[in-house]
Order: sequence, then C-alpha cells, then structure tokens
Amino acid sequence: MELFINQILAGISTGAIYACMALAVVMIYQAIDHLNFAQGEMAMFSTFISWQLMQWGMPYWAAFFITIALSFAGGIAIERVMFKPLAKAPILTNVAGFIALYSIINSSAGLIWDFTIKQYPTPFGSAPFLGSQLISTHQAGMIGVTILLLIGLYAFFRYTRVGLAMRAAASLPESARLVGINTSWMIALGWGMAAAIGSIAGMMIAPVVFLEPNMMLGVLIYGFAAAVLGGLTSPFGAVIGGFLVGIFENLAGTYIPGIGNELKLPIALALIISVLVVKPAGLFGRPIVKRV
Amino acid sequence: MSAAVEEVVTEAPAVEAVPKRAMTLGTGTSLTVLALLVVAPLFVKNFIIFQMTMLLVYGLAVLALNILTGGSGQFSLGQSAFYAIGAYTSAILMEQYNVNYVLTLPVSGALCFAAGFLFGQPALRLSGVYLALATFALATAMPQLLKLNFLEPWTGGVQGLVVTKPDAPFGLPMSQDMWLYYFTLVITIAIYIASVNLLRSRSGRAFMAIRDNEIAASAMGIDVALYKTLAFGVSAGITGVAGSLGAIVVQFVAPDSYTITLAIALFLGMVVGGVGWLPGSIVGSAFIIFVPNIAESISKGLSGAVFGVLLFLVIFAVPHGARQVAIVCQQALAKYKRR
Repeated sequence: MELFINQILAGISTGAIYACMALAVVMIYQAIDHLNFAQGEMAMFSTFISWQLMQWGMPYWAAFFITIALSFAGGIAIERVMFKPLAKAPILTNVAGFIALYSIINSSAGLIWDFTIKQYPTPFGSAPFLGSQLISTHQAGMIGVTILLLIGLYAFFRYTRVGLAMRAAASLPESARLVGINTSWMIALGWGMAAAIGSIAGMMIAPVVFLEPNMMLGVLIYGFAAAVLGGLTSPFGAVIGGFLVGIFENLAGTYIPGIGNELKLPIALALIISVLVVKPAGLFGRPIVKRV
Repeated sequence: MSAAVEEVVTEAPAVEAVPKRAMTLGTGTSLTVLALLVVAPLFVKNFIIFQMTMLLVYGLAVLALNILTGGSGQFSLGQSAFYAIGAYTSAILMEQYNVNYVLTLPVSGALCFAAGFLFGQPALRLSGVYLALATFALATAMPQLLKLNFLEPWTGGVQGLVVTKPDAPFGLPMSQDMWLYYFTLVITIAIYIASVNLLRSRSGRAFMAIRDNEIAASAMGIDVALYKTLAFGVSAGITGVAGSLGAIVVQFVAPDSYTITLAIALFLGMVVGGVGWLPGSIVGSAFIIFVPNIAESISKGLSGAVFGVLLFLVIFAVPHGARQVAIVCQQALAKYKRR
C-alpha cells in the first residue's frame, strides 16, 4: 500500500510537468483550432533565452519575466510572419508548417547553444517537500505555479473583454467579425499567450529534465496526450489530464511486469485511447455538435 | 438547447473535396512519365538507381496515405507502423523460412490489410486530432513492440535482420539494383492503377462521400463504419507492400528505422504532393528523399533549419502541393491550344 501511495505521489510530481505543457497546448488550440507540433520547441527556445540571460548575470526572477515578455512577442511575430499567410491554406498544410517550424527551431537552438546537457536553476530549492522524499520543493512549487496559471487564465477568459473576444473568435470567427472583433489579431494574441505559457512551462520543467535542444520531445508527447485526455476545450481538463497521465505512467511502470521505461509511453497512450473510445471529447471536453 | 454542453460548429471539412476526375493524370502525361521511369535507369549509376527505387517505395507509401486521407478524409500518423509490419513480414519470411521474396509481398499486404482493418475499428469513434493521437500512439509503440524479448527469435531484437538481395531471374543481364528497380516499378504501377480504379468505383465514391460529409453519406445509405475501416485496411495493405519492398531494397530491417519520423515524412510527402491527388505521391516522395540531402549539403550544422525553411517556401508558394502546379500547367496548356 505504501508503494502504491508513493507511486501516486511520484506520478503527481511528473504529472505537474505534463500539466504545464498541456495547458500551453490547450491555450493555442483554443486560439487557432490546431495542435501546434512546434509548441515544445518554442518553449525550449524560450528556456534557453532565460538561461542565456542568467549566464549574463541577470537574477532569476528578472530573467523569468523578461523571457515571458520576449516569448509573448516572439509568438506573435511567428504568427504574423509565418502562419498568417497560411490562414486560408488547408489544415494539413498548416500542420506541415508546424513541422517545418519545429525543425527550424530545434536545429537553430542546437547550433546556438549546442547539444550538451545544461543545469538549470530552480527558484524553489530542491529540498524534500514536507518531509516526503518523492516530491521536492521545486516540484511542489511547479504544481503551485501551474495552479496559479490556471486560475489566472480562467479569470482572463471569463472576466475580461479581450478574453471574451478571443473565445468568440475561436468558436465562431464569422459571427465574431460581424460584431467587430479583429479575429486575425485574436489569433496572434493566442499565439503570443501560448508562447508565454510555454516559456513558463519550459522554465519550470528545465530543472527536472535538464536543458538541451531535445528536452521537450518526450514532454510534448505526454502534454498532447494529457490535453487530449482532459478534453482540448478545457484548460482545467488539461491540468487534470496532465496529473492523470503522470499517475498512469508511474503505476503502469510499477505494476505491469516486463514494461520498463520503453513501453511506458505506448501503455499510457493505449490507456488514453481507451478512455477516448468511451468519451470521444475527452474527460472534461464539451462534445461538439455538427450542423448538417 | 443547453448552451453549456453543446456547441454548433459549421466549419469547413478538414480535407478539401477533390473531385475524382481531378485525382489522376491524363493519358498522355501518364505515358510520358511512365516512359521516363522505364528509360531513366539505363543511363545512371547503381546508387542513383537505388535512390529511384526508394522513390517508388516511398511513393507507394505516400499513395496509401493519400487514399486514406485524400480519399476517405481520415488522418493518420501511424503509417510507419504498417510499413514496419510489412518490412518485418518480408524479412522474417525470407530469412527464417526461405520464402521467395515475390511471394512475401502478398502475405505482407494481406497481413497489413487485416491489421489496418482491425485498427480501424476503435479508430471509428475518433476523428481529427483524436484520431491523429491514436495513430500516433500506434507509431510510437511499434518500434518498442519489435524490440520485445519474446519476439527476438523472429525479429532479431534491437539488432534487426539482414535481408539478402535477390538476383535478376532467368539470367537477365542486369545488375541486382536495376532488377529491383524494374520489379518495384511494375508493382508500383499495378498498385497505382488499382488505386485509381478503386477511387473511381462504388467504394471510392463512398470514401469521398464520407470525406465530404459523413452525416449526408450515411443518410444516402453508405455503411460509414464499413467503408471507413475498409479505407484503413486498404491503406495499411498498400503501406505494407511498400514496407516489404523497402526491406528488400535496403536489405536491412531494424526497429529504429520505423519510428514516428518515418510517419511524419510520409505525411509531409502527402502534403507536398497534394492531398487527394494520387500522381502527386511521387512528387512528395521525391521531396522527402532528396530535400533532406540538399539541406545537408547547404549547411551541415543547420540542416534541420534549412529543411524547415525549404518546406515553408514550398507550402507558401503552393499551399495545395504539386496538384496546384499541375492545375496551373493544365490551364496554361488549354489556353495555348485554344489559340
């Protein structure tokens, strides 16, 4: 029983990573209706920028907030330059564009900062949290940041005019245009916010997985899985999905014999698919009704 | 209606409607391309023949994805898994059971058809990104499954299997590479013709009806579940044959050759070639074989970035892929003829 509880705790702490990433994925999905495959790489690049700022002697929190601002601007720039011209292109062409972006960012980061693994500092320290060996203060801090982010986002979308306009632009672009919302800029704003949230996720994750150009690969896959499991329309679902995926993964690794590290991912994904087969819109997603 | 639970969406379909006549080339153009493909290897070195063979093999795999996505409107990132099943079936039959390589192709095709048909069952409930995730899971699981210990006597585990290259039969005076090229060419053409006919048939029309509007299709009496799984099966079967040919040509199968990267490459090939335009498959296949090499030759350290930029330029210039180029050429030609 103790093993079981320990594994769940360990699952929650890895789940926090996935939850962070899933939140960023859902954000951009809300704004542009596509899954952005380059999301992880954008987060990785932001994390490298913050690392570079700290190397130049900037204190952690200054670097943290400057990076968020830079990422926000960068996200908007990417949308304006690369994806706005593709707005009328078919969805699959957009997906190919994401793959191209992925490849560009990954390769440039490798050239600028090379592929060696780098230590990344944590603002929360790494002592055991409340005497538990499984969750460190950093992981607890990460969970705290994720929850704060979630509350902030909820308030933004629920109570601000811009948030309402963004939701309108995402769900019914034509009607939104008719009531005077600049939908094109709402999409750019969505990209900016997704990049900013991604940078927070990246800076929270980096102390755990270490900093290198490929650090986001595994995290992004789990983040996607978490977002889809929780329902792509629900930021709350994404966070819950992240924790659930973390727990699944740990329990499967412990209790199913012969799995080991390699099969963890397929098992987690298989489980998610079985959930989706029963609930096709995810656990907390709104079912989409099609008009004929 | 409770607005909190339901959401009415009137969005454009994920895959644009391609009329079935626009899916193929005219007779004249087809014969020219065919003649080029037949004559070209006589004048080039063995390595280039090998590359041309791979072009056909990937072309087949892209064609298979095109039938699934361009034909029936279902998205798949799991094609690498079926490619792997095909490749391993051939390799195991040839090396462990001494079966002739020609006979392994139909076995792979049938096996992958069955696998795809079965995978299509749970996939029926899913669409869009959810289907993408499900197929993605299949693609990530496949290399790990091939590495499993208890399969090692057949699959050779992480090491993989070496496949012997077949000689030209009947004492034909040609190199192994050239024979394999013509062998692949014949199979590719046969499958291409069969696919074109499939899309023109009753089943093909059913696929396209489902792609354009699932609800309307079922209202017309099309068995949506049957045809969706059938599309998965056919696509997987063709991918399996491509995988078999790939294994014979490369002479080696290993779990790590069939990762998600392959599935993504096939997807890019389909987009570059034009979704739903079968002849574009060969253009897309050329893109995924040659452009990474070009990128590498431009800059070693930045090859990924160069590839990304090239890909971006292509989709900026022609968002609908090679099909768009073909349509523009056709219109220009028609204008010229009228004059």
